[in-house]
Amino acid sequence: MTNEELKIKLTELVPSAVFEEGGEWITAFVDASNWKTIAQQLRSNEDFKFDYLFCLTCIDWKTHLTMVYHLTSTIYRHSLIIKAKLDRNDPEIETVSDTWRTAEFHEREAYDLFGVKFLHHPDLRRLLLTDDFNGYPLRKDFEDPVNMIKL
Amino acid sequence: MYRQTEILSDHTKSSPLEGDLEGAGDLVINVGPQHPSTHGVLHLVITLSGETIKNVEPHLGYIHRSIEKMCESLSYRQFIYVTSRMDYLSSHINNHGCALCVEKGLQIEIPPRAKVIRVLMDELTRLASHQLWWGAMAMDVGALTPFFHAFREREMINDIMEETCGARLTMNYMVPGGVMYDLHPDFQKRVKEFVEEFKNKIGEYDELVTGNIIFQNRMKDVGYLSKEDAISYGCTGPTARGSGVSCDIRKLYPYEVYSELQFDEVIETGGDCFARYLVRMQELRQSLSIVEQLIDNIPEGDFQAKTKAVLKLPKGEFYSRVETARGEFGVYIVSEGGTTPYRIKFRSPGFSNLSTLNHMAKGYKIGDLVAIMGTLDLVIPDIDR
Amino acid sequence: MFSLEGITNSINTWLNHTFNPTLALFFEFVIVGLSVIGLFAVLGLILVLMERKVSAYMQIRLGPNRVGPGGTLQTVADTLKLVVKEGLTPEGADKFLFNLAPFLVIITSMLVLAPIPFAKGFQIWDINIGVLYVSAVSSVSVIGVLMAGWASNNKYSLLGAMRSGAQIVSYELSAGLSIISIVVLTGSLQLSDIIASQQNGWWIFKGHIPVIIAFVIFIIAVTAETNRAPFDLAEAESELTAGFHTEYSGMKFALFFLAEYVNIFIVCSIGAILFLGGWMPLHIGSWSGFNHIMDYIPSSVWFIGKVFFLIFVIMWFRWTFPRLRIDQLLNLEWKYLLPISMLNLLLITLIAIMGWHF
Repeated sequence: MTNEELKIKLTELVPSAVFEEGGEWITAFVDASNWKTIAQQLRSNEDFKFDYLFCLTCIDWKTHLTMVYHLTSTIYRHSLIIKAKLDRNDPEIETVSDTWRTAEFHEREAYDLFGVKFLHHPDLRRLLLTDDFNGYPLRKDFEDPVNMIKL
Repeated sequence: MYRQTEILSDHTKSSPLEGDLEGAGDLVINVGPQHPSTHGVLHLVITLSGETIKNVEPHLGYIHRSIEKMCESLSYRQFIYVTSRMDYLSSHINNHGCALCVEKGLQIEIPPRAKVIRVLMDELTRLASHQLWWGAMAMDVGALTPFFHAFREREMINDIMEETCGARLTMNYMVPGGVMYDLHPDFQKRVKEFVEEFKNKIGEYDELVTGNIIFQNRMKDVGYLSKEDAISYGCTGPTARGSGVSCDIRKLYPYEVYSELQFDEVIETGGDCFARYLVRMQELRQSLSIVEQLIDNIPEGDFQAKTKAVLKLPKGEFYSRVETARGEFGVYIVSEGGTTPYRIKFRSPGFSNLSTLNHMAKGYKIGDLVAIMGTLDLVIPDIDR
Repeated sequence: MFSLEGITNSINTWLNHTFNPTLALFFEFVIVGLSVIGLFAVLGLILVLMERKVSAYMQIRLGPNRVGPGGTLQTVADTLKLVVKEGLTPEGADKFLFNLAPFLVIITSMLVLAPIPFAKGFQIWDINIGVLYVSAVSSVSVIGVLMAGWASNNKYSLLGAMRSGAQIVSYELSAGLSIISIVVLTGSLQLSDIIASQQNGWWIFKGHIPVIIAFVIFIIAVTAETNRAPFDLAEAESELTAGFHTEYSGMKFALFFLAEYVNIFIVCSIGAILFLGGWMPLHIGSWSGFNHIMDYIPSSVWFIGKVFFLIFVIMWFRWTFPRLRIDQLLNLEWKYLLPISMLNLLLITLIAIMGWHF
């Protein structure tokens, strides 16, 4: 499906989606609260069939956090970017690790580095840093005077 | 990442009076972080019942260098070379991916000579990476001699790289716009010699290891990964292609001159370790044929497009992907218009491939775990970033 | 020509002349004991160096070539290093068994050397149940292996020792059946009789196909019995640990190490005696001229040549094949080798009765 068709179908599915202009793929902002149903729809719906989540990341915009999900379909070969705005002080979003199994490790990494809590994740622990680490390094306000060298 | 490991699992403590204790007497052992058969610093906590694996839990982070945070303070010309240190066996390909992303943002047109040089370097790197994988895989399974044979051929590639790029492992050669220097005058001759030599030796590789019945028994029906699971777990590269998933970036989203080259995407449907092994052996042959097609047809011209000294990407997001020896390497740059990126995410292939380890190893024996890890071809710095 | 028989006879007569018979016998005991220990040391030296050089040449490298001319004194240096190392006993280990295990393994290896004829008339003890004695005494080394694994107080050692024990006990059956095939053809358990029966040709040629099958099974079985690759899962370096001898260091480890290599020598010499004629030169039926020429080469040279050829073959296996998994290993023995060797034994008995061998 082309980008235009995707946009139309996506608006049918999620009327509250806000689209961002520019970029080679459709970028849609959805509500974090109904992300789980949207994700399941995106996976199973015959028009979409987005079965391959190839990038899951988080961006810190100083006032809020944004979750970014890059999806593609191995059947139709179309791609989509879904974003969700999260509150900086209490970032929570539903996990998608039961929809796309790859999300299990990626979400643990996002929790580790940004502090985003993924609800109903089977095993939410720190992945890359030590278990007793304090703070979330990839946030823009992370200070570590001992280890960080500012240029 | 440091936790105290209980030697016997907790189930024995919670229900002492039940007749059939599930999990009673399970042994929990550590494999790594320093261990001859984990290729890098990977710590696995394995729950065993007798010799059968019940659960494998990877503990990562021993070589986490927070590259993504570092790149936020490096300029667009500098951050490319940090990725060489991630997957050091596909260093050219990683650099290529980063350069492609920056070029996408700046809309730079690359001269044809640079494109061909980049593809040649990529394919030689892929050959070297697969050779090392083959040697290490055979060594893990117990055959200690193929390691030396693999390195003998790999040395030829390392010498070629050293002549042109100046280094044998982390070759900082790609820049946004092309390559850093022109090819060495001897490059064509050396590559042609290598191609001739390797064509003879690749038959030896098959004779020595692939056809060996002991090796086949160790690899067949071990570590099954179905097609749906491969897609769901986000596997790419030979790991997924061994389960029948068509995901070669060079074919699906061609970049540089790949659309003009004649090569096959190698797919096997077995889904077990042997299928993944065969995929990589076939890829060796395909890469060799790509190198042969290109080595005589390097166009003349510039090796680098003209770019400004200080690069500033416009505001926006850019994603580019390349096919490394392990799978899809994605570079996602979020730029605010400055000279340094606002956020970079490196989608490394090993990260997703590693998440299948628990799923694949359940129910098999410890000896099979080593074979499975060998066919996943993990390079831990790539996973930990 | 040169024959070791002359030396032993002359020493015997000189001793009996000079001292009374009991004292002469006692001195002979001492001489034999010292030469066995000396043989052990020399064999260890040669075999370890041979392994390292053979593996190096197969892996396109040189191997030890600094210590001594061409690296020949490398093992001496290694032994010195092992001797001066600290011998640690882990806490909680059963001290008595821990210290006893290496000695048990070494002593059984030494005992098995008794009936082996190194050259014509150069045998320590020509007992009439020679082959049975060898088979029986070599089985006792399993106890030493299990002792070492248990007494180390280390679950990985115990795991390795259990695997080793299971492997050795299983493969003894196939090796034993192959040995019995030759005994059936010869009609005697005595080693000197077995060699004498190969006067007109080695059994591997005289007994054609069934004996070749028995030989192949024998080689596979003894590779497994001595825990050599491709059957070395118990001590695989890239798997868990070093098996039953993990906790040993210093001289005790050296004894295990030495015992492994001398075991290889022993099983290869049994193979050479039974299938390749021991010290008997290559004779072909009744070609007396050819046989006479072959007799010019001393019997000790024949024996050493055959044994080292078999040792080379076993070393070749190690550096070529990958490792078998424990269940594949035991599968191979119980489902394939044992039935084949039993059928083979029946076939050989038929051949022996009907006289269908050369």
